[in-house]
Amino acid sequence: MGRILLLIELKGGNDGLNTVIPYADAKYRELRPGIGVARDHTIQLDEKVGLHSKLEPLMDSWKAGDLAIVQGVGYPYPNRSHFRSIEIWDTASASNQTLSEGWIARAFHGATLAKGVGVDSIVVDTNALPSTGPGLRTIVMQDAENFLRQAQALKDAGGMKDGSATGNPALRHLLAVRQEINGAAKGLADKLRNAATPKEAYPQEVLLGRQLELATRVVTARVPVVAIKAALGGFDTHANQVQPHERLLGLLAVNLATLRKNLIAANLWNDVVVMTYSEFGRRVRQNASGGTDHGTAAPLFVMGGGVKGGLHGVYPSLSDLADGDLKHSVDFRSVFATVAQGCWGQQRDFGLRQPQRLGFL
Amino acid sequence: MIAPVSRRGFVVGVASLSAGLWTPRLVRAASTMDFDEARHLLSRTTFGATPAEIRAFEAQDYVAAVDRLLAGVRRDAITPPPGWLDEGPAELRRQQRAARAERAEAQKKQGVDGKPLRATQPIQEQGRELRNWWIEEMLVTDQPLTERMVLFWHNHFTSSLLKVRFPPALFRQNALFRREALGNFATLLKEVARDPAMLIYLDGMRSVARQPNENFARELLELFTLGEGHYSEADIKAAARAFTGWTVDRQTGHFKTRDNAHDGGEKTFLGQSGRFDGDAIIAILLRHPRTAETIVEKLWREFVSLKPDPGEVKKLAGSFRANYEIKPLMRAILLSAQFRDPANRGGLIKSPVELIVGTVHLLGLPVPEKTQLVRMMQGLGQMPFGPPNVKGWPGSESWITTYTLMLRQQFLRRIVEATTVASMEGAMMSSPRNRRIERREQLPMRSDDSAMQMAEPTAEPRPVEGRSLRYAGDEARLGPTLSGVDSATLLRTLLPRAPIDTVDPARTPGATVAAAMVDTAYQLK
Repeated sequence: MGRILLLIELKGGNDGLNTVIPYADAKYRELRPGIGVARDHTIQLDEKVGLHSKLEPLMDSWKAGDLAIVQGVGYPYPNRSHFRSIEIWDTASASNQTLSEGWIARAFHGATLAKGVGVDSIVVDTNALPSTGPGLRTIVMQDAENFLRQAQALKDAGGMKDGSATGNPALRHLLAVRQEINGAAKGLADKLRNAATPKEAYPQEVLLGRQLELATRVVTARVPVVAIKAALGGFDTHANQVQPHERLLGLLAVNLATLRKNLIAANLWNDVVVMTYSEFGRRVRQNASGGTDHGTAAPLFVMGGGVKGGLHGVYPSLSDLADGDLKHSVDFRSVFATVAQGCWGQQRDFGLRQPQRLGFL
Repeated sequence: MIAPVSRRGFVVGVASLSAGLWTPRLVRAASTMDFDEARHLLSRTTFGATPAEIRAFEAQDYVAAVDRLLAGVRRDAITPPPGWLDEGPAELRRQQRAARAERAEAQKKQGVDGKPLRATQPIQEQGRELRNWWIEEMLVTDQPLTERMVLFWHNHFTSSLLKVRFPPALFRQNALFRREALGNFATLLKEVARDPAMLIYLDGMRSVARQPNENFARELLELFTLGEGHYSEADIKAAARAFTGWTVDRQTGHFKTRDNAHDGGEKTFLGQSGRFDGDAIIAILLRHPRTAETIVEKLWREFVSLKPDPGEVKKLAGSFRANYEIKPLMRAILLSAQFRDPANRGGLIKSPVELIVGTVHLLGLPVPEKTQLVRMMQGLGQMPFGPPNVKGWPGSESWITTYTLMLRQQFLRRIVEATTVASMEGAMMSSPRNRRIERREQLPMRSDDSAMQMAEPTAEPRPVEGRSLRYAGDEARLGPTLSGVDSATLLRTLLPRAPIDTVDPARTPGATVAAAMVDTAYQLK
């Protein structure tokens, strides 16, 4: 039982205010005179907020009620460093706490996983932190054919039973990775070989298209993984952001819409939960370079046949700012707790005393 | 974790004994290197050494060997710079426009082979030349330690071509790293803050008093000097104000100041107040003990082991802070008991650049065209002038994932199977078959296997001796760097420790090299 989480990292800190736009708030236009999204480029969702028009391909999902937008997601004492903040998200830690294990791996502490194919989680981009941990067998793979071909050439570590590697963490790591490849290759080979190509082709101009194509094959081949992770980069828009940001939103939307069509066609849309996330949002006020600096809270998208669509959480006020930044209304760990319960039936609080029960799953 | 500590303790004990009690003659004998220690020193300070290079250090006094390595450091590259170096951004913009027009024109026509013509884009082309230029320098330099340090600084003061989009500035930044490779960190830091590539990369050029851009200030504190947890958000804001007005001339691409854009007001930074400018901020950072510690820790992880020894780091940082001279610091690191501890040998993972440059160097392969080498570096996660983000490549264990380990093995297998022993003689440049074999000589390293399949031997007799090292038996001809060396020495040259998989010691030298290169221990240094 359980659903596959398809996690999509928006690298660099997506500008939430220009993604889900508080179009009715006069403050929005006042603080963003140059880069604010015009009213006629906003798709109205309710009387307060709207989507950027480049996200139009997501409207099918919205109208079908399987697109949830969780508003104002962040955490207390926000950190504005890319590396630190993504680490906080990926490990579901508090701002002042350093954890080395990813939140998906943590969600399966003490849980029994299907032994099935030797792999529990597949990363099709490069950042594997969310599913990194001793309990999950995670494979990083950008191309299935290549993976299988190469894994065959990498023999098992026969000669290392004497424990001579224990004092050398670098060697220990190498051998562990080698073993992981061997285990996963054995299980994946048959499954993927028989997987059909996705019905509708993904746009190829960004890596995300290729990543989602591979993700689709993994899902349709019914490889029993708990999570697949992909990413779209380029959201660190410090200068002249309007065009590049619009382009990214457009690419994201087209790819997600294609994914939805493919999984509906394969009758698997109920078995997958797609979630976007980013290390932070951006400052409310635009900077002098026509861009935005690192900020705090932002909305994220959750999609899937089992998702209760609509707006969740509260859009942070643009008049009640903390040092020029939005105050979060939903702790991201509540989102993760909801996903852990809704996807995998795992009850986790991720260190929150009282995780908020969010209704999207 | 207990064993290495006790071994380290033992080595420290020996070192102190030798300093105090042993006779001078024994001191020299005690500090003389054997083959394995010479290999260790060179594997950590170069891209990997050939048997001849190791033998040139073997039996030398260790301290003298370290001093010799450090004395030879270069301040300029041997390889002549690319031709476009003096072109300003205005010229590059003009070329980009011309190329765009050409592209639009070309899209209307078709090339001879039916595919649309592709006009090269000047920035991409210059970037390619820039990367190839640096790889060439790594391969031809007589001082690989210099290039290792340039790579270290590139990974500390990162800038990426993807954002900078002005290759001459990145070339000059690279030259700065070479000039100060083992020079002075204080000088380097001041120069980096004025470096046009850095000003573009971290948006300093756009930072003005009216609205300071915090990008550079944040990374200056978080990554370049103090490290996280040693400053506040207010310190970042103050530093950002201090650097306002430092910018890049749009015509020449060189550093310039704009006084009217500078915030000359009073700032409070790390508890001190004044009308600070950028240099004053840097001076305060250089007085902070964390700055030296950050650099020492990073050098330790690059050259010694994955786990910096906190006591030793503090001690080294204390001396480093006195004048920020890099060479004495590196000397102390290389002479440290931890560096020399045999337990640390093979304890670091080669970076993609080290793996690829080192392998090409070790086998003495002629690679006239570097683009494919760079492409493989990119695949393995380390494209020169293209760090993933401002934090640089995290390195060490993160170099090895399920994906990159397979790609590394694929690269090495391909070199073993397809590149080594041919002697290219006679008239053999005509038929397509020969051209295929010729391509094999030039490292087919595409990310798919089609090149390999093309190179599959057929039943026909071959016109050249292009046999795989692994199966070549006694006829295998190793390149000049490895020929004439016995199998046991080859194994000790190629691997920092015993092989992981069984390597038959009775095999031919060619087969030994082949087995060693695909052994997991080859990933270590």
